[in-house]
Amino acid sequence: MPDLTKTTATATDEQSVTPDAPVDAIASGPAPGKPRSLWNDAWRELRSNPLFVISAFLIVVLLVVAAFPGLFTDANPDSGDQVNHFLGKPELTHFFQADWFGYDRVGRSIYSRVVHGARNSILVGVGVTILVTLFGGLCGMLAGYFGGFWDSLISRLTDVFFGIPFLLGAMVVLNAFTDRTVWVVMGALAFLGWTQIARVMRGAVITTKHADYVVAARALGAGTKRILFRHILPNALAPVIVVATISLGTYIVAESTLSYLGLGLGDGAISWGGDISDATQDIRNNPHTLFFPAGMLSITVLAFIMMGDAVREALDPKLR
Amino acid sequence: MGRYVARRLLQMIPVFIGTTLLIFIMVNVLPGDPVRALWGDKPPDPAQVAQIRHDRGLDLPLWQQYLHYMGGLLQGDFGKTIAGNRPVLDEITQAFPVSMRLASMAWTFELIVGITLGVLAGIKRGRFVDNTVTLFTLLVISVPIFVVGLLCQLFFGNELGWITPTVQDSENMSQLLVPAIVLGMVGLAYVARLTRTSIAENRQADYMRTAVAKGLPRQRIITRHLLRNSLIPVVTYLGTDVGTLMGGAVITEGIFNVTGVGNLLFQALARREGAVIVGVVTVLVIVYLIASLIVDLLYAVLDPRIRYA
Amino acid sequence: MRGAKSAKWVAIAGVVALTATACGGGDSDSGNSGKVDPKGIVSYANGEPQNALQPSNTMEAYGSVVIDSLFTGLVHYDKQGNITYENAESVTPDKANKVWTVKLKPGWKFHNGEAVTAKSYVDAWNWAADPANGQQNSGWYRDIVGYDKVHPEKGKAKSKAMEGLKVVDDNTFTITLNSGIPYYAYKLVYAPFYPMPSAALKDPKKYGEAPVGNGPYKFKSWEHKKSVQVTAWSGYKGDNKPKNGGINFKAYTTPQAAYNDLRSDNVDTMPLIPDSELANFKQDFGDRAIEQDFSAINTVNPAFYSKTFKDMDVKVIQGLSMAIDRDTIAKTTFAGTRESATGWVAKGVKGYKAGACGEFCKFDPKKAKQFVKDGGGVPGNAITIQYNADQPHKGWVTAVCNSITKSTGVKCTGDPKTDFQADTEVRDKKQVKAMYRSGWVLDYPFNGNFLADLYGTGVDGNKGGFSDKKFDALTKKADAAKTIDESAKLYQEAEKQLVNTFPGIPLWYNKTLSASSKNVKGVEFDQAGDPVLTDIEVFEK
Repeated sequence: MPDLTKTTATATDEQSVTPDAPVDAIASGPAPGKPRSLWNDAWRELRSNPLFVISAFLIVVLLVVAAFPGLFTDANPDSGDQVNHFLGKPELTHFFQADWFGYDRVGRSIYSRVVHGARNSILVGVGVTILVTLFGGLCGMLAGYFGGFWDSLISRLTDVFFGIPFLLGAMVVLNAFTDRTVWVVMGALAFLGWTQIARVMRGAVITTKHADYVVAARALGAGTKRILFRHILPNALAPVIVVATISLGTYIVAESTLSYLGLGLGDGAISWGGDISDATQDIRNNPHTLFFPAGMLSITVLAFIMMGDAVREALDPKLR
Repeated sequence: MGRYVARRLLQMIPVFIGTTLLIFIMVNVLPGDPVRALWGDKPPDPAQVAQIRHDRGLDLPLWQQYLHYMGGLLQGDFGKTIAGNRPVLDEITQAFPVSMRLASMAWTFELIVGITLGVLAGIKRGRFVDNTVTLFTLLVISVPIFVVGLLCQLFFGNELGWITPTVQDSENMSQLLVPAIVLGMVGLAYVARLTRTSIAENRQADYMRTAVAKGLPRQRIITRHLLRNSLIPVVTYLGTDVGTLMGGAVITEGIFNVTGVGNLLFQALARREGAVIVGVVTVLVIVYLIASLIVDLLYAVLDPRIRYA
Repeated sequence: MRGAKSAKWVAIAGVVALTATACGGGDSDSGNSGKVDPKGIVSYANGEPQNALQPSNTMEAYGSVVIDSLFTGLVHYDKQGNITYENAESVTPDKANKVWTVKLKPGWKFHNGEAVTAKSYVDAWNWAADPANGQQNSGWYRDIVGYDKVHPEKGKAKSKAMEGLKVVDDNTFTITLNSGIPYYAYKLVYAPFYPMPSAALKDPKKYGEAPVGNGPYKFKSWEHKKSVQVTAWSGYKGDNKPKNGGINFKAYTTPQAAYNDLRSDNVDTMPLIPDSELANFKQDFGDRAIEQDFSAINTVNPAFYSKTFKDMDVKVIQGLSMAIDRDTIAKTTFAGTRESATGWVAKGVKGYKAGACGEFCKFDPKKAKQFVKDGGGVPGNAITIQYNADQPHKGWVTAVCNSITKSTGVKCTGDPKTDFQADTEVRDKKQVKAMYRSGWVLDYPFNGNFLADLYGTGVDGNKGGFSDKKFDALTKKADAAKTIDESAKLYQEAEKQLVNTFPGIPLWYNKTLSASSKNVKGVEFDQAGDPVLTDIEVFEK
């Protein structure tokens, strides 16, 4: 059976995962079927899933906070009163006031910093996900659809990146930049993270390309572009969306871990990761400095992963 | 089978070259001059800077340095450190056994606890066990590992006194236990989630219905039929995780003062010891490539439908 | 979600409560007999030495502390900054401070039995000066006549021995300098001026792994990345005979890890409490906490080549200095473990005099704002302070910036560079955007070290491109003085001149913060922050 080699290799790559992000979604594989009803079914399923409703609500709130932090607090996140507010304890009943979550070592309002930090943290997560999905998705599509040389090239290239542990790679790349802006951190994480989506996309495209309706479309004389974007992409997209949503959260965690190693965003930018890593020195006496940014970060990551889980369940008929 | 393995081994060559080249280039564009840094705050001595550079081959163009490095590698020579002029191989052979011990403990922990939790959750889908396991895994993934590590150290080490806050002797398994659990925590969450999804899916497969209809005992159905078929994605994950556990333990090793590969890498990066970084990554890539080959071969064992021509 | 959140909150609060009680009960139960065991081994939290253990090749702290335990040099200094004689009986300059005669105490031996003679010194220095031997500290000999021939800027040595070093007899030798330096004896304290036995020069590689010295401790073993062990040497002739049986230098990768071990008595002392524990260590250790003067100073220096400070009126810098609330930051960020600086010279050195900076180092937000305004303001109304993020500088830089912005309205942000190397490179290349943090630990306990070596035109320590002819003239005059005391006085004049140019904003004087475990007593540190290992006593178990 000479041809089986190829199929098994496909199975392998399709199911490979990055060590740093959850790709359990792939196990479910893409759902074959008619495109319209799949998405419609999925939407109906989603609306009735409490997991989805909660996570969607959380994400909307977080996005509003990130976009308009001024609506939630008027305390200045950059300036503090170190004389009177040094490590001030939280006043848990003072809702939405500067002292709600207490103060940090410089006397800055932690509530205000948590609110203003949302933008950069979410920006990193969302930005990396978009970059990774675009670039990785494109590479995966090329590899999966055209096969042959392109497949070998891209598959080996993904292998090259998989061989370097994510955290180590990010450390080396970020060390190369002396001014780490949001864009630099985003670029570095995307540079190392695109392979995961590429593999998922490749697997999905390979499965879809032999589906009857694609064969039919080709027989009817549809061009490559049309086949790729009208017929294959919508069906291969499901697993990619799932993986992307889940890994969005892990990129936010990755930024905070890099901050702990001194490789996160620079000082001008407020981010949860930076504040968490600064707060580790007060972990014994003033855990509130750590607790609130870490809590917000966890809630955000949780929201995105829950969303990913819900979407996967909706897209995978086998799980219903 | 033999042909398949040979083909895979051949494919490893470009990957190996690509990865080492990539890390080699990345390390070389880092700012900061490791030779100058030997003098710290003090002014460096130009004559000696030039001599050290020449001695370590750092005055050559980048492509020559790479060829030089690969040439040495084929003869088992990993180069010398800039500070101290010690063979890089010594540093690697010192750090790897420690990391291997820590990583294998973390890996075993992931394997046993992760699969157990995943199976429980997958079988009792939608029930209390499932929800608890899911919530637990979500929490683990969403809290940064350094927070978990520091809290464990503070709580078990300093407050309760159950463990020494740092590892005193890296050959003592019981001291490595807590660091290993912290290290394996995230992997455990993924293993549990993968197993759960996979089990939940396969539970409805035809062969399961057949097995049930045949009247096989429940225990046997789960271990022989359900688990075996559901393990493929889990095995994939566990295979690729070996490398990450060894090279990605920077945080855990730092917190618990374990002098393994992660620590070696962190120090090497801070000192810009290019040869050490490239050397360690070289070994990690080999570990990764071999692990993924083994994983692929295991597929055939787990899924009778897969055969390697 | 809320429920889960509060549960964790309570758990963390519980940890804190436990801390407090555990500390309260800690000290009464010491768990030892109270008797001293003269053979007891002290464990010291260290790190892996960077280089082979040769005195002329050791510069960083981890190697230095080991080398210093194995060797005893010619001289040292006491707490007031006065020279004390160790292996030397006397070190005397001629009238021009150019030719220094060193007389050794007779009868000293190396650990391998070889006698310590004038030759042991002269040969070791000549060997270390030769670039072929790759000794990093060779620059220390550059004041000696003939160094440039042994160690030319480029290429190989033209001569094997420095003309300025002459052996007179077994116990006497002379050092001739290129020009007179009144405080040259202080330099002889340092490791490159230690003697080495003849075997060291024959097989330096082997020696670097197992050094033989003339000091209170004898080398025992070096397990790379784990520990270096030394044992008390019975044949030691010096006054500081070890009161313990030896030292185990344990390698740690982070100070936090060492601190945690110190708390649980797994290591006996460490050189520096990590910043994260500053607020806790006095409570954690009670009377075992150590706080001692350390001759080091922290400043924030303008880069005078930068766009921001190029044509800056000195009034603006004075204003920025007055905008910093040093006392509050010392009390909060540093938990009271630093002292506000009042001048440019650190405490504990000869010639230190408080108050050189005057009113400009006192917090006065109103005056600060006025001065910045009168001086024409800061271009772009924004400054940055560059620091290296691998050390805990972020906390205080942020606090300083916060204080500046609050007082003057000038926007101030930290500008972190990943690590010390990246930071140094930016400074060496003169690419600092506005200001950079600077810290200076004494090379020798003399005020000139904090002045001429940092703010003289074109000197290596002057990274900000500062230049003031008046100041240069004053330091030159001080260097030409007849005696050390006279020189120190003249340097005080030079320090006063800095008020008019402000090449650095003095912030705080450092302290050595440490603690000892329940197993030992008598742990002390000198003003260079180095432990006095020989005085530590270990309790019987």
